[in-house]
Amino acid sequence: MLYIKCPYCGLRAQKEFSYGGDATVKRPNINEEVPSEDWDNFVYMRKSPRGKHIELWQHIAGCRQWIKVQRDTATHEIFQTAKVTEEIR
Amino acid sequence: MSQPFRLNKEGLINRNKKISFTFNGKKLFGYEGDTIASALIANGIHLVGRSFKYHRPRGFFGAGVEEPNAKLQVEFNGHSEPNVNATEMELVEGLSATSQNCWPSVNFDIGAINNFLKMFFPAGFYYKTFMWPKSFWYKIYEPFIRKAAGLGVASIEKDKERYEHKFEYCDLLVTGSGPSGLASAYAAAKNGAKVILAEDKPRFGGTLLTDDVSIDNLSGKDWAEKIISELKSMPNVTVKNRSQVFGYYDHNMLVMFERVSDHLEKKSKFTPRQRLWYIRAKETILSTGSIERPIVFGNNDTPGIFLSAAAKEYMKVYGVLVGKKPLIFTNNDSAYETALEFKKNNVEPIILDTREEHSSELIDEAKSKGIDIRFSHGVIVANGYKKVKSAKIGKLNKDKNSFEKIETVDCDCICVSGFWTPSVHLASQSGNKLKYEEKIDAFIPDKKKQHETSVGAANGSFTLEESLKNGFENGSNLSAKITDTKTEIAIPNVNEKKYGAHDKFWCMPLPKNENPKRFVDFQNDVSVSDIEIALREGYRSIEHVKRYTTLGMATDQGRTSNLNGLQLVSNIENKIVPEVGHTTFRPPFTPITIGTIVGREVGMEYMPTRKTPMHEWHEKNNAVFVDAGAWKRPRYYKLGSETLFEASKREAKNVRENVGICDVTTLGKIDIKGPDAAEFLNRVYTNAWMKLPVGKARYGLMLREDGIVMDDGTTTRISENHYHMTTTTAQAANVLSHLEYYLQIVWPELNVNVVSTTEQWAGAAIAGPKSRDMLSKLYPDLDVSNEALPFMGYKEAEFFGVPSRIFRISFSGELAYEINVKSDHGMFMWEKMMEVGKDFGNQPYGTEALSTLRIEMGHVAGPELDGRTIPSDVSLNGLVSKKKDFIGKNSLGREAFNVESRQKIVGLIPIDRKSSIPEGSHIVQDQNAKLPNPKLGHVSSSCWSVENNNPFSLAIMKDGKNMIGKKFFAVSPLKNKTIEVEVISSHYVDPEGKRVRS
Repeated sequence: MLYIKCPYCGLRAQKEFSYGGDATVKRPNINEEVPSEDWDNFVYMRKSPRGKHIELWQHIAGCRQWIKVQRDTATHEIFQTAKVTEEIR
Repeated sequence: MSQPFRLNKEGLINRNKKISFTFNGKKLFGYEGDTIASALIANGIHLVGRSFKYHRPRGFFGAGVEEPNAKLQVEFNGHSEPNVNATEMELVEGLSATSQNCWPSVNFDIGAINNFLKMFFPAGFYYKTFMWPKSFWYKIYEPFIRKAAGLGVASIEKDKERYEHKFEYCDLLVTGSGPSGLASAYAAAKNGAKVILAEDKPRFGGTLLTDDVSIDNLSGKDWAEKIISELKSMPNVTVKNRSQVFGYYDHNMLVMFERVSDHLEKKSKFTPRQRLWYIRAKETILSTGSIERPIVFGNNDTPGIFLSAAAKEYMKVYGVLVGKKPLIFTNNDSAYETALEFKKNNVEPIILDTREEHSSELIDEAKSKGIDIRFSHGVIVANGYKKVKSAKIGKLNKDKNSFEKIETVDCDCICVSGFWTPSVHLASQSGNKLKYEEKIDAFIPDKKKQHETSVGAANGSFTLEESLKNGFENGSNLSAKITDTKTEIAIPNVNEKKYGAHDKFWCMPLPKNENPKRFVDFQNDVSVSDIEIALREGYRSIEHVKRYTTLGMATDQGRTSNLNGLQLVSNIENKIVPEVGHTTFRPPFTPITIGTIVGREVGMEYMPTRKTPMHEWHEKNNAVFVDAGAWKRPRYYKLGSETLFEASKREAKNVRENVGICDVTTLGKIDIKGPDAAEFLNRVYTNAWMKLPVGKARYGLMLREDGIVMDDGTTTRISENHYHMTTTTAQAANVLSHLEYYLQIVWPELNVNVVSTTEQWAGAAIAGPKSRDMLSKLYPDLDVSNEALPFMGYKEAEFFGVPSRIFRISFSGELAYEINVKSDHGMFMWEKMMEVGKDFGNQPYGTEALSTLRIEMGHVAGPELDGRTIPSDVSLNGLVSKKKDFIGKNSLGREAFNVESRQKIVGLIPIDRKSSIPEGSHIVQDQNAKLPNPKLGHVSSSCWSVENNNPFSLAIMKDGKNMIGKKFFAVSPLKNKTIEVEVISSHYVDPEGKRVRS
């Protein structure tokens, strides 16, 4: 079971979180014309990397904040966690 | 009742307390502190089971977790448990053990015919032989093989015991209380670290209990006792025996299995049987020790053949002799300690040492005591069927591949030692790539992967001095990093015997024309020839060899067989062992009970039960409940002997004719506040929200970004910047996360807050033509006329003195209201409604009637919004704004969503107006068409229309809008029903929606 450092609450067990997918995907702006290819990429296309992956998790059984987690998909090593407003390099 | 193999005083058992038990029906006794194995051996019983494949007689081989053979069906304290390791299970009064895998008895087993046919049962035999005819596999071959093989029998009784889970955090977890483990725990404890020390066995001390050593002038056992009692007195230390750390998971999470009370005769009813510990450790010391491995020789599985260290443990811990005429067969010095122990107890052993004549401290001591030592010797084959009677032994030539002399000697047991294998399972589970250590012919942990530090024998250090030093240093250094305190501890003086070098010898050759079975893996009956066959047939990867031969599988995980198997493969393949590699170690290290894994989460505790504030009233009034997520909702209220069908029809009809009330507390409720709340709702919902006035509700539809409907519900504007959203019961949690996602990540610039208020409000719907009359009685001072409180209107008013919210919304399609009060007032509200409603013919209705009402109105719910439908599929495109953007809007333009023949919701009635249409039925044109019969749609919801008094269903059908008036078949292979149906509008009752506005 992973041990995830919530930037708001500290280290907590994976049980308290729910996974939210790739954190680098950016939704096209609302009320703007979006080429359909861009839209399709946003809705459907996801990379499935082996190795470092920046992803979203929500601390559902805690502060309910969505957070960013940089994790190795093969080893589960977590390199960094951050608030969604912060950048992970 | 004498025990012929019990020593007079040796051992750590309590001779003052006799314990009686039975084995295969025979009454026996042992002492407190015995295992089943030690008690049976004391009674001279060695034949305990039959082997898996050949049904060969098997006895004990080890004295602990390494045991491959002695798995028994054991009944105690009202349990019946299969595959219990006789060498681990402690004796308790009244225990009854029986042999497994034999019929009719362990002494006479019909399956043993396999042994005489063994040339027909090589590796892969079953795969090769039972291929044809294919259809025979499931019905004939497989059940027969299963019956013939199989281990014990799982109980089908309900387990009445209590199992618990515990979550723990510590600075240092030490797994094993041998010398290195004790030293590590002690050093870390002195540094002030929070330490957990776990020992699998009942007694602490590991090899200190059996080795002839002294530490600071104390015997190993006394030193261990001293350290343990000091550790127990420290508040920062938890010391646990009968507790095995069996799994090393991600992020330094280790799981421990504690046998709390299996060894107790009496316990309180709250004492759990076993406990699972989830331990998050900052650092882990793996002091799991090592396990002796055997040397492979002919008929090496005969009862009476033991690992040499096990024989010593039986003497020193249990005061039991495994035999009185022992042969000690070894390639190293450690078995000499076993020989000396026999000698001490006046038993004359013969030592067969594969090494050439040489001298070492132990050899010299054995010689000086007059023990018969034969160098360059080994056991070729053991004689005896159910017990060793003699052994053919041979003097090896210089190359150790043939014999200079062969003779037969009498013996009643053979104690074998092929050197030591570090227990590296936990390190490997943690992700540590192991490395091969040439010096000891075994794998040891390599570079750390997580925070695991292996010490002592588990790390390949086989001397006490090194193990202690190792333990003290690592325990101190690892904990000092955490606590910032370093207490100097003097490393104690150690007195131990020096071992000479071992012989890299693991398998006896066979004389010409002799071909006894030489087993590598006892538990799975894998012999040398099986592995040879696998390699001849082209298996190369060790993982494939393992799967083909089953080498190293099953409950003992190859603890005594893996390395010998690897040696064999490496010899045949002409590769060195590290090139062959090793198979994967997987948790659990030893079998653990399912009960422990499940813990307290059984029955009612499987998951939380959510009850509405009115639950007790429903219970008292014969409600039959249905699970809606974790909620319990009344499905119907049973009157007399009513069936579900009769009751739901009555309840629904009463709503259509009079008035009914329904507990709607379970609907998801989300409070939305902030100056940008309207803008947010406008983006979340497909319809327009900017102009909704205060005091009005609106029905809204939510999509996912891919255009599929996510949820629906009404949202009410309570005040300028305050909205009350409702969601379906099932989607409440998802919708909240969805809203939070957009507010926190996508549009953080919107000043809006959301919070779930589902449990803060109790809700009741009042529905039916008489609901306004009833409402006016509930709110005598309030103008509830159609003008003052129109459809989709909202008011706040006191309900008999408590604050309440009145929403004029309807799910049933009737004139209806929903009243919310604070949860604490829910029961009060409900009882008042029942009281006031009497004059209007009010009856409570459950979810079944609720479904009937919404289905015949054509209102969609979960079965239609099933994650595959877009708004137009369910005739809700009127709610999709063309003027503004919203979540999922861009996807609605996709080509497949706009084809002419796109699926659409329709209504179905059976042609005979009688047969109800099963939900999930497929709609086909021709019921007799060739398979696969093209599917035109499926039935999503079905009911008995109380308005029209015949069955009615909703269905999602391809090109639905052009199907009205046509006839099809609804086919349900599940219910074995085919019903001819006619397609009609999905709005079966009040299609213009006049009633809700009346």
